[in-house]
Amino acid sequence: MSTPQSLSLTVNGTPVRHFVEPRLSLADFLRGDLGLTGTHLGCETGACGACIVNLDGQPVHACLMLAVQADGLRVDTVEGLSEAGTLADLQAAFHARNALQCGFCTPGILVVAHDCLGAWAASGTVPSREVIRDALSGNYCRCTGYEAIVDAIESVAKARAGRSDPQPGREAAI
Amino acid sequence: MKARAFDYRRVASVAEALDAYGACAGEARYLAGGQSLLPALNLRLDAPDLLIDIGRIEALRGIAIEGESLRIGALTRHAETLASPLIAAHAPILTQAAAYMAHPAIRNLGTMGGSLSLADPASELPACMRALGATLEITGPHGIRAVPADDFFQDLYETALVPGEMLTAVHVPLAASGSRMQFTEIARRRGDYAMVGLAANLVLAEGLVTSARLGFCSVGPTPMRAPATEAALTGRPLDGDAITAARAALGDDISPDDDDSLSAAARMHLARVLLGRVLATLGEGGAEAVAA
Amino acid sequence: MSAAADSPGAGRYIGRGLPRPGARRLLAGRGRYTDDVVLPRMLHAAFLRSPYAHARLGVIDVSAAAAMPGVHRVLTGADFEPLCTPWVGTLSHFKGMRSAPQRPLPTDKVVWAGQPVVMVIAETRAQAEDALEVIAVAFEELDAVVDLDAARAPESPVIDAGAPDNVLFRTRIEAGSTASAFAGAEIVSVDLRFGRHTAVTMEPRAVLADFDPSEARLTVHQSTQTPYQFQDLYARHFGLSEARVRVIAPDVGGSFGMKLHLYHEDMAVVGASLLLKRPVKFTADRMEAFASDIHARDHRVRARLAVGPDGTLRAIEVDDVTGVGPFSAYPRTSAVEGNQVVRLIGAPYRLTDYRADLTVVAQNKVQMSQYRAVGHPIACAVTERLVDLAADRLGLDPFEIRRRNYVTDDMYPHTTPSGYRFEKLSLATCLEKLHALMDYPALCAEQAALRAKGIHRGIGIATYVEITNPTPAFYGVGGAHISAQDGCVLKLTPAGEVSCAISITEQGQGSEAIIGQIVAEGLGVDRDHVRVLTGDTETTPSGGATWACRGAGIGGETALQASRKLKARILEIAAAILQAEPGTLDIRDDAVTDADGMPRMTLREVANLAYYRSDLLPPDVSPALTVAHHFAPRGYPFAFTNGIHGSLVEVDVETGFVTILKHWVVEDCGRVINPLLVDEQIRGGVVQGLGAAFFEECRYGETGQLLNGSMSDYLVPMACEMPDIVIAHVETPTLDTELGAKGCGEAGTAASSGAALNAVNDALRPLGAGISQLPMTPERILRALDVI
Repeated sequence: MSTPQSLSLTVNGTPVRHFVEPRLSLADFLRGDLGLTGTHLGCETGACGACIVNLDGQPVHACLMLAVQADGLRVDTVEGLSEAGTLADLQAAFHARNALQCGFCTPGILVVAHDCLGAWAASGTVPSREVIRDALSGNYCRCTGYEAIVDAIESVAKARAGRSDPQPGREAAI
Repeated sequence: MKARAFDYRRVASVAEALDAYGACAGEARYLAGGQSLLPALNLRLDAPDLLIDIGRIEALRGIAIEGESLRIGALTRHAETLASPLIAAHAPILTQAAAYMAHPAIRNLGTMGGSLSLADPASELPACMRALGATLEITGPHGIRAVPADDFFQDLYETALVPGEMLTAVHVPLAASGSRMQFTEIARRRGDYAMVGLAANLVLAEGLVTSARLGFCSVGPTPMRAPATEAALTGRPLDGDAITAARAALGDDISPDDDDSLSAAARMHLARVLLGRVLATLGEGGAEAVAA
Repeated sequence: MSAAADSPGAGRYIGRGLPRPGARRLLAGRGRYTDDVVLPRMLHAAFLRSPYAHARLGVIDVSAAAAMPGVHRVLTGADFEPLCTPWVGTLSHFKGMRSAPQRPLPTDKVVWAGQPVVMVIAETRAQAEDALEVIAVAFEELDAVVDLDAARAPESPVIDAGAPDNVLFRTRIEAGSTASAFAGAEIVSVDLRFGRHTAVTMEPRAVLADFDPSEARLTVHQSTQTPYQFQDLYARHFGLSEARVRVIAPDVGGSFGMKLHLYHEDMAVVGASLLLKRPVKFTADRMEAFASDIHARDHRVRARLAVGPDGTLRAIEVDDVTGVGPFSAYPRTSAVEGNQVVRLIGAPYRLTDYRADLTVVAQNKVQMSQYRAVGHPIACAVTERLVDLAADRLGLDPFEIRRRNYVTDDMYPHTTPSGYRFEKLSLATCLEKLHALMDYPALCAEQAALRAKGIHRGIGIATYVEITNPTPAFYGVGGAHISAQDGCVLKLTPAGEVSCAISITEQGQGSEAIIGQIVAEGLGVDRDHVRVLTGDTETTPSGGATWACRGAGIGGETALQASRKLKARILEIAAAILQAEPGTLDIRDDAVTDADGMPRMTLREVANLAYYRSDLLPPDVSPALTVAHHFAPRGYPFAFTNGIHGSLVEVDVETGFVTILKHWVVEDCGRVINPLLVDEQIRGGVVQGLGAAFFEECRYGETGQLLNGSMSDYLVPMACEMPDIVIAHVETPTLDTELGAKGCGEAGTAASSGAALNAVNDALRPLGAGISQLPMTPERILRALDVI
């Protein structure tokens, strides 16, 4: 009654080819078929934000996409973004500020924070705390109360804005 | 919470989509951004036999001026609506409304056509389309037809679309000279569905309101116009008296029901408060379309 | 940036705001939560749940489901009867308490909407859910018991057929004579309602049971705070050898008390693995979480306070009725919440006359039981609302009436009318610190100026007293197999590093981090050389784990004493080699030193000798470099903490919306081991309390259906609606331990809702309005204002 489909996509820079049931969500594909368990399922209805990954560079809920919809596209998860060093300064700031507790929401928040900072980097200014809170409006965190997360993102925004050239060596804390 | 099994077909053109729909022996659904359909599938509230993925049909994309209106392709993502300079210039109410729509990651996939076709009375775009006097372009097996927004939204989640038809674009009249627009909503948390929302589109000339179109969300089974309120505003200055008259007239236009989360009385009260606030803002200028 | 400062008097590690070593793994997406664990031949479970709140169970036809693709077994209540003994959620120290026996799946009737009825085990979760759709169950709907008051009415249906009524537990506390204290006094009263809410951990409950019949060995991976408790439960109820039951709690995505109760699905999954002899996994989805995770609170409290004309608080009378679902939760009972409410009301104040009644009532709703700050927010809100009303009646400032009535520093040790014994609190110190921290006079001036402009701000404060470091007085005396002691096994490895296995557990609060700090300081080693292991019954000693704010105080003391023990062993071995007296040696920076700090040999050298060249040791010196130590508090039954919250809100009187502008906390959890972690515990706790105050409520329909069981409808506080939170500390260490630490995990939640309640009422007061129901929704505020 449902024909498995061929699926080719790039995940964390690596080409992947699988046969999947059409009903398989992108989140279940990443977690179950590829073992990328850093993408978390907290609601499966697009409310909590724990499953957010980058699709062609933009944050999307992996629970609100079928794996087959990602055919031919590029998906980057927290694992890939970590290994590429893309999130290094954010991760270091979250660590220093204890901007996570149980860590379940954290991968989605990092992806969203990275996107928010990228958008603001183009403007050459630092987002306000209200802007950061607004960017996080779709990410549940039940442990921190959010303030430490806002602090960490704000500190990275300021550091990035004040820096003339990237210093990747100093970001290798993770 | 896993979807029931279905077949899936990605199509490259509207014609192919319509054919696929017609050929399906069971229930088929068009899949665009999927931000409402996927939750329904995951919850097994909807369980079609076939999903027809229209997400990559190029003809459904694009925002452009066509004659006296702005054509917005059905696959326009909410994030694109939010960022579009053309929309900001000619239909700023949509830019404002897009900022209220859920959260950034949802806006990256959710589409104009998907939101309008679902016709959730609590969502922003349907109310905006009524306030803007937009025309919805519907493509079906027998060709293309145009339906005014006022006729499109028929009942709770019911639209003028008949099975197999697809919303392919909306045509929004370019903002008239002197138009003042504002979208605002009241929601418990940022990005939540509105307890009440209002898209207001007024035209002023020589200090008088010459045209008023109001589209409310979350006050009835469909996005609601408010004809008595609009009439109460028209032909007079947008001043305190006008606002008082409008607030009073609103009772003739809407009569929300009690629901699990909010009483009818509270919703009606909030609608009046919102109306008053939006009109006061518009009295001070509101978001003026640059074309004005 | 609001990062914490180091604690005054910080040692090398204790008192320092150091980041958590384990957080790096989580930041890289390398966390390993229960649902991430995949075992060979693993099957997946899904449950058919009752659509009715109360119904008799008729024929269940599973034949079509059993024939569905991928389905291995379909199990009903009868399948578990021979496997698993029933459980009863009562404890003997709650005299007269009763609750119906519970089983994995029901055999005769269902008692709440969402109760699991049939279990399908299939190759994939999706296939299991497919099979659920073709199961036919004949339910015969019964009248549901929903409303708190109706549940106690004589004509109410009775949920437990073997019981005379729906009251599970009743108790009265009486001290002095309230009747005489009330005579001639000013009297203020409240009738407060506290909505049901629920934990909404980001990671839903998950359990993966793996039974190996060849050794009769059960391994359970489970998202829980309390692995030892579950080891005991699975062994006892399934008749297994406890030594062959292993429970592993890997990374846990939040718990807040919710994951330490036994759930029917847990037992069903273990039973299914026993039957199928394969690993079986169940991960609750979010809908299931709302319909089956414990709910919390649900109280109606009527109380009155007698106050003298000089503002002296004289007496309180309380009647608390709380609804707990169809039965009492196991193994901790659902009576603890109410019991703590009636014992904590009035606790910070000099009261001698007190009377409290508690009634715990069964309803056809999700079970209610312990969740973060058990009972405290209710007791705090009731007390502090009464105190504010008394202040208002007498024209006193809220700070002043508290100043006049707190238990004073010369009264310790102090026993409350309800029998709680306080070693030492810092009530007045915290009050004055909050006054300064908030700049209270400036806030009041600003409030007055804004009121003149039609802007309605409110300022509220709320004092709390919190139960931490519980002894067996909490559960053990009632017969529960819930340990109040902790164990620590500390090992100097052959390479001279330290491995610490301890019985407290980690759910993100930083248990492992603080234990690493304590051991590093206790031993004199670099913290990076200490590896802390938690959450596995097979590799850590048995203990109480992490709940009731006991991890730092009891687990921390256990680790400190263990480090002393290991240090003594290291020094004995070093002394033998160095031909010195152990008492003249010390350990600093991973080296054995003279008393003056001169290095004599490294720990690596000591370990090398002990492990590889024990022939060089004198015959009477043991080479052992592993020590085990257990500690249980023996002094006060509980280490009470205290503190005070301040809340500043702005009420939009047209919409009823409240903007939470700022929140302050001054807290005293004794010795602060890591101020960075304490602050974030407080902040997270405050926000959960603000959720209760403004957003969170499990709403039920007349037939017992949960109306808002989804993340879109059940409102959890989010980033945009929450304020920045200012925190300050007072440190009053407990003298019951060397470490002096008490708990802090519940202090944020204990008083934030009470402070917010007072703040909103302060804003409404000039308008002649008041509110006495949580959450304070816009609609309730509009009704309080008589706008609708």
